[in-house]
Amino acid sequence: MEEKITTRRKVLIGMTSAVGAVGASFAAVPFIASWNPSAKAKAVGGPVKVDVSKMQIGQKIQVSWRKQPVFVIRHSKEALENLSKVESKLDDPSSLKIDEPYRDVNPTRSSSQEYTVIAGVCTHLGCAPKYYPEMESQPWDESWVGGFFCPCHGSMFDIVGRVFKGVPAPTNLKVPPHYFDGNILTIGEERGTA
Amino acid sequence: MTQKSSGFFNWINTRLPIVNTYERHLSKHPVPKKVNFWYMFGALASVVLIIQIVSGIWLMFGYENTEEGAFASIEYIMRDIEYGWIIRYMHTTGASMFFAVVYLHMFRGLLYGSYHKPRELVWVFGMTIYLVMMAEGFLGYVLPYGQMSYWGAQVIISLFGAIPYIGESLEIWVRGDYYISGATISRFFALHVVALPLILIALVFMHLVALHEVGAGNPEGVDIEKHLDEDGVPLDSVPFFPYKVLNALVAIGIFGIVFSIIMFFFPEGGGYMLELANFEEANPLSTPEHIAPVWYYSPYYAMLRAVPDKLGGLVVMGAAIAILFVVPWLDRSKAASIRYKGILSKIAMTIFIVSWLMLAWLGTVPVTALRTTLSIIGTVIYFAFFLLMPIYTSIEKTKPVPDRL
Repeated sequence: MEEKITTRRKVLIGMTSAVGAVGASFAAVPFIASWNPSAKAKAVGGPVKVDVSKMQIGQKIQVSWRKQPVFVIRHSKEALENLSKVESKLDDPSSLKIDEPYRDVNPTRSSSQEYTVIAGVCTHLGCAPKYYPEMESQPWDESWVGGFFCPCHGSMFDIVGRVFKGVPAPTNLKVPPHYFDGNILTIGEERGTA
Repeated sequence: MTQKSSGFFNWINTRLPIVNTYERHLSKHPVPKKVNFWYMFGALASVVLIIQIVSGIWLMFGYENTEEGAFASIEYIMRDIEYGWIIRYMHTTGASMFFAVVYLHMFRGLLYGSYHKPRELVWVFGMTIYLVMMAEGFLGYVLPYGQMSYWGAQVIISLFGAIPYIGESLEIWVRGDYYISGATISRFFALHVVALPLILIALVFMHLVALHEVGAGNPEGVDIEKHLDEDGVPLDSVPFFPYKVLNALVAIGIFGIVFSIIMFFFPEGGGYMLELANFEEANPLSTPEHIAPVWYYSPYYAMLRAVPDKLGGLVVMGAAIAILFVVPWLDRSKAASIRYKGILSKIAMTIFIVSWLMLAWLGTVPVTALRTTLSIIGTVIYFAFFLLMPIYTSIEKTKPVPDRL
């Protein structure tokens, strides 16, 4: 009899606790979900358009999309031909570790044969890497082949944003959705999605 | 216990044990009769906590928690509100001084083995306070929305991105946006001024209740509970009032002078307490040339940079804090105080201090190959000090600890 009561009590305690836990989890939903980006924040992130015809060969411009820097670089033919030569220094030359929208399409990693379009957000801890295109000795690398250097934690990327070996950044700089319409580059959506 | 002399207090005390509590935890609370200046930093920390709460409330009168208004409102406090500048510098100096006294307080704990049985929980609550303080300091630093606020937060929030699978969505969830925006500022504001201070005060309360249950330690590591008088009060103790109150008042006086000198003459602390880049409004498109944390995070930042791997860096940094929590169980020494520990403990402690200070410096300067090597060495020493503690504290020969203080 005594034992029966104890068992009965344990079952009741277990059931009440389970129901309480389920209730608490449901009650937590609005509190957690309210931290997601608001409808307003989601709506602001629309695409941006930029005319790239005035860019010089080798020039980098910076476009703001979703308040984040996007780098657009116009490469010379020689620079693109040199891309394969630096591959021994790279961690992931074919961008296999990330979603690469234009893999194996162009060496620029973009939908264009001349321009690279990459997010200017270091894949380590989010700083904006700086552009040092010249092939010359730098304080952080004596045999610098040109590319991006992140001032925060010393990550290095080549001129199309592919990450070097042995640096803190885990992956290549991301390629945002974009398309070219003649000289007009649209960042933030794929062709035909709007 | 109850004072019968005053009718009014007696009336109150039979309904609310205010006199009993005052006597038990303050006036008659027994404290070891011989302690040194290292035992003042706990009291100083509570003074800074009060300074932070009061100056923080006054800052809220002028601060605006929006993306457009935050930076301008800080300038408004500094220039237009009467004595606003002193309120703000009180709060920023207070933040640095809070960490300064807490680091010295923690070091006292390591030096004299304040975490030894039965004070393990006092130490654990203290470490939790330190952890919450680090979060509180970070959140507060973001609020002015200057360049360092923005990029410091960008780096710290990106640390969440190192967590496998959920990292990226977690980052967006923490920011509430695709960048550090008004949404981020307003939630950081709520956490900084309401949520974390409430937790902090609760933890300080627990820290003190646990401390008063087991009694304060002393630099000799003597257990004063072994010899009690007929009332059960330790023979080697004195009542808190007036003996320790007067000591504390002198300490608070000296501290006040140091605090004022910094607040009036060096509020930026040479760029280590308020970084120069933070006098510029946040620009999400341009990272400052050199990102360094304020001085009180720099040893851990140096460790983060020492590891050439995103997740690895986060794990090392987290482990560096986590390991502090288990110190009471790593120290196997019979003697609590460094005075009676063996030569190995003394050597280990010296190397540890040097390497911690070196890491603190490394965390504030730009990366070079040599400095990265030094950071790695410093990180290894930091962990070796704790991980080898069970070994060197148990094999070394300790001096006999005296019976009385």
